Order: sequence, then C-alpha cells, then structure tokens
Amino acid sequence: MKINLNNREATFEVTDLTIAEVISTCNFTYKRLVVRLNGKVVRSEDHEITRVNDGDKLEVIHLMAGG
Amino acid sequence: MITVIQQIADYLRNFSVGIAGAGGLGSNCAIALARTGVGNIYIADFDIVEASNLNRQYFFLNQIGLPKVEALAQNLHQVNASINVVSFNERLTTDNIPEFFAQCNIIIEAFDKADQKQMLAECVLQKIPDATLIMGTGLAGYKTTPFQTSRFNKLIVCGDMENEVDELNPPMAPRVGIVAMMQANEALNILLKDFTLKK
Repeated sequence: MKINLNNREATFEVTDLTIAEVISTCNFTYKRLVVRLNGKVVRSEDHEITRVNDGDKLEVIHLMAGG
Repeated sequence: MITVIQQIADYLRNFSVGIAGAGGLGSNCAIALARTGVGNIYIADFDIVEASNLNRQYFFLNQIGLPKVEALAQNLHQVNASINVVSFNERLTTDNIPEFFAQCNIIIEAFDKADQKQMLAECVLQKIPDATLIMGTGLAGYKTTPFQTSRFNKLIVCGDMENEVDELNPPMAPRVGIVAMMQANEALNILLKDFTLKK
C-alpha cells in the first residue's frame, strides 16, 4: 500500500498495517511521538489497534528533550 | 511615509501568540515576536529564573529568583512598551491549556521535557483546532547538524530532529536560539500571510 507519511509518499509491501507496525517498520525509535492519522491525533495507547489504509495521510513527529 | 517595519508592526498589533514555557525556546522566541510588534503575548511557566538558565535564556543576573513569566514580561516591555503581555505562573495541564490559549492564533511549544511536549501537542491539536502549533525538537549541543522545518496542517516542527538534550549534550545558546528564531519566523509567516504593503 501507498500512504503519505510526513509529507512524502511511502510504500509498504503489505497492506493493512497498524500505526505501531508502521512506526517499527520505519525505525522511528524515539520514545515520545505525536501521531496524526488523516488529521486526527492518535494517542500512544491506540497505536496498536489503529489501522493504516492505502491512501492515508500519516504524520509521526519525534519529540526530543530540550528547550 | 510609514516604513515597512512600522506597517508590519501595526498589522501584528491585533494578533495573539501563546508561549508554552518561558525557557530557552520560549523566552527568546517571545522577545523576537515582541520586537516585530505582535500585540498580545500569552506566556505560561511555573518556574523561577536560576543562574544556570542564563547560558541560553533571555533573562538577566538581577532577575534570578523571579518567576520566569514576571521576568520575561519585564523584558518584553523593555523591548516594546506597547504590547499586551498576559502571564500565567502555573504548570500547564490539559485542563488549563485550552482556556489560557483560547485567544491565540498561534501557540509556540517551548517545553524542555519530551513528555510535556507530547501532552501539549495532543491537547492543542485536539482542543484548540483553530490555532497553529509551532514545535521545537532537536537543538542540543554544538554540532553543526542542519536544521529543518516540517509543515503540516496547523502543525509546524522546527529543529535538527536529531540532537536530544542529555547529560553530555546540554542545551546551549546558539542552537536553542536558532530554533527559537525559526519558530518566531514561522509564526510571522503565518500571521502576515494576508498582509499587504501600503505605498
């Protein structure tokens, strides 16, 4: 499937991944993330139960300490 | 003739920007926005100014011990006496964020801890949908990792996306200042999108 991931096209060999699977496939390793799927915030506890479908727009923002 | 700078300042008088955290990002970003003339600046922080803050934050020796919001309000008015500063000397939570920043066109995320950045971002994006959130992430140390800006709907992220603060990689004035200025510039770019120059 093809999705828009952080403003870029991303292709995955399998269809029907969860957000948690996308995060692990892409090696997004930071502990704290902000995730929006098609504009809606998806909290960490829902990453494993939220499915990403072909054509979706997914944003994964890495949050690093410092400010 | 009124200068371009003055016309921009006059235009910005009607806008409101929220600053979540008056540390390295927040204090420097707020000063830049005050200089350009943003009319209403809402600052929230529960901390006091400490000597260790002066390596990067926009405070002065004689302000050590003052609440950061009070010290920053003083400094903003030293730069621009005509702006309105609203201070909130408490910890921001999901309960008070929507109310304190309700009037803001833009909210600057300027926390230091990653879990707090996450809490603020999730709260603002869900509960203040009309505001644009401008976050900072990746600014520690003194390497020359390039900075980037990612722009999404109502969400902008500025930083090097790589260098996290830890014991060996402290926050220092130049890179913290750069990200604070990137956030301020993104704010101006949004606020001035319909600005037209009068000849």
